Amino acid sequence: MSSRNLDRFGVPGWLQALPFGLVFAAFFIVPLILVVIVSFWDYNDYQMMPAFITRSYTESFEGCLTRLPDLCTLFKTYLSTAKFCLIVWALTLVIGFTVAYFLAFHIRTQTTQMVLFLVCTIPFWTSNVIRMVSWIPLLGRNGLVNQMLIGGHVVERPVEWLLYSQFSVALAFVHLFSFFMVAPIFNSMMRIDRRLIEAAYDGGASGWQMLTNVIIPLSKPGIAIGSIFVVTIVMGDFITFGVMGGQQIASAGKAIEARLNALQFPPAAANAVILLGATMLIITVLNRIVDIRKEL
Amino acid sequence: MNEGRSPAFYALSLFFALFVLFLYGPTIVIFILSFQGPTGGLTFPLNGVSVHWFEKLRAGGGIVDIAGAFKRSLALGLVVTILTVVLSLLAGLAFRKRFFGSDLLFYVTVASLIVPSIVTSLGIALEFRLIDDLIKQHGPAWLADGFQTSLGNFTSGLGAHLTWTLPFGLLVMFAIFNRFDGRYEEAARDLGATPWQTLRYVILPIILPSLVGVGLFGFTLSWDEIARSSQVMGEHNTLPMELQGLTTTVTTPEIYALGTATTGVSFGVIAMALFAIAILRARQARHGSDAARP
Repeated sequence: MSSRNLDRFGVPGWLQALPFGLVFAAFFIVPLILVVIVSFWDYNDYQMMPAFITRSYTESFEGCLTRLPDLCTLFKTYLSTAKFCLIVWALTLVIGFTVAYFLAFHIRTQTTQMVLFLVCTIPFWTSNVIRMVSWIPLLGRNGLVNQMLIGGHVVERPVEWLLYSQFSVALAFVHLFSFFMVAPIFNSMMRIDRRLIEAAYDGGASGWQMLTNVIIPLSKPGIAIGSIFVVTIVMGDFITFGVMGGQQIASAGKAIEARLNALQFPPAAANAVILLGATMLIITVLNRIVDIRKEL
Repeated sequence: MNEGRSPAFYALSLFFALFVLFLYGPTIVIFILSFQGPTGGLTFPLNGVSVHWFEKLRAGGGIVDIAGAFKRSLALGLVVTILTVVLSLLAGLAFRKRFFGSDLLFYVTVASLIVPSIVTSLGIALEFRLIDDLIKQHGPAWLADGFQTSLGNFTSGLGAHLTWTLPFGLLVMFAIFNRFDGRYEEAARDLGATPWQTLRYVILPIILPSLVGVGLFGFTLSWDEIARSSQVMGEHNTLPMELQGLTTTVTTPEIYALGTATTGVSFGVIAMALFAIAILRARQARHGSDAARP
């Protein structure tokens, strides 16, 4: 019956999805293919030239095998980026899970829940750069934190590592992107059948057992989706590393940006392909844990 | 469920409060500091209170074409918003049926969120640069003569923004239609409504508040976008790109004034959207049922 209804009923699906699909074909699929193609092109100081050579890759991986056990620039950059991924992932996971858990299980009315969730969402809709800049008056050499530390005689001279440092980069990432953990985990938790919680409670589970045996396993899809977002954002970022690191900290994304600033497109493309490979590797691992499609 | 709150509740409340302070605190600080007196610096204390830095910002002295960038970002944001709402709605409707390539389209959409923005930006830049080369070398004379570039705010820039806003738009549409009660539609069909009438008089009025939400994502994500924009805007930068450039060069509270102004626009748009959603919801609640009417 439903198929007869559909025949009679309305525009075919593929036609409705066509404009949407065309945007991604023109501005996502074709560009990605071009990135792969151009990564094998030749280049000189002022232009790129069609070719099929691996120059850009050999230059990017220069010294990676010969200099072992010392690390080449590329491996060092990826190692450093991976370190940030791990730190930011751990922090946003703990914060995101706690906030989502509070909203989902400790707020009793739906209205309050939505209002508080909105409070967490609104900053996500404002400018990231401004939110980075807003740390300057707090963390700078003469910033509030240093003023308080000196005023309280905790330190004698201003602490220098608060701003334009690895610390401030990690802090800004957590500040900007915890939302990407809060939202999917909250979504997963809201779908947990409350009768399961009742059953666990009636079965004599302690609060901790409830958390580890019921809530965490059932929140796994949200945790995985949030993790994918956070990890891939940090992997490809160049703006937060640039602004909060005072342009001094290397990252996989910044390596691409540096090539682009020099208008060296083929090496930039090769670096982009390497970054894509690394990102896909991470997602494959995370996708093993959960089928994303099922969870939306 | 009216028993007293557990100690865990209070601990978690405190954690949540600190999280909100962490989210909003810095923004509040630069809001205050943007009213710094004319002799004041980038940090506390305030040397008087003034709108000096806002006036300086408006006069445009020292900062390159902020007003132009502001207008460009606004115009681009509006176009992105409209396209995001229309295309996401159509795609959302499509995904309710089964259609050829729906799985592929879904994975491509999600991939667009996950592939690092700089890679997408680079790809689009390459695409348009190659188009430029083609036109310059093989294009007809009327087009090739004096041709500069096809890269621009409303060509490559618009496309880049859409690859970022549309996935969010589609995910919101999924959320909307997951909750949509299909019986309203069936009732409309049974009463002889055409597909267009069903969409126009049944589906759209019900999902309108949520569509405002899709538009909100479209505008705010475009308004703040940098990473995808970085390589594709051609000669004219958008506001957040100019802002990013200023972080390294400007050493006066002017940048805070600019920050307050930008955040003000964001908050204005968010408030307007939330207000519109509330009004639409209230209207639905009033007109949603005709049971009591004669």
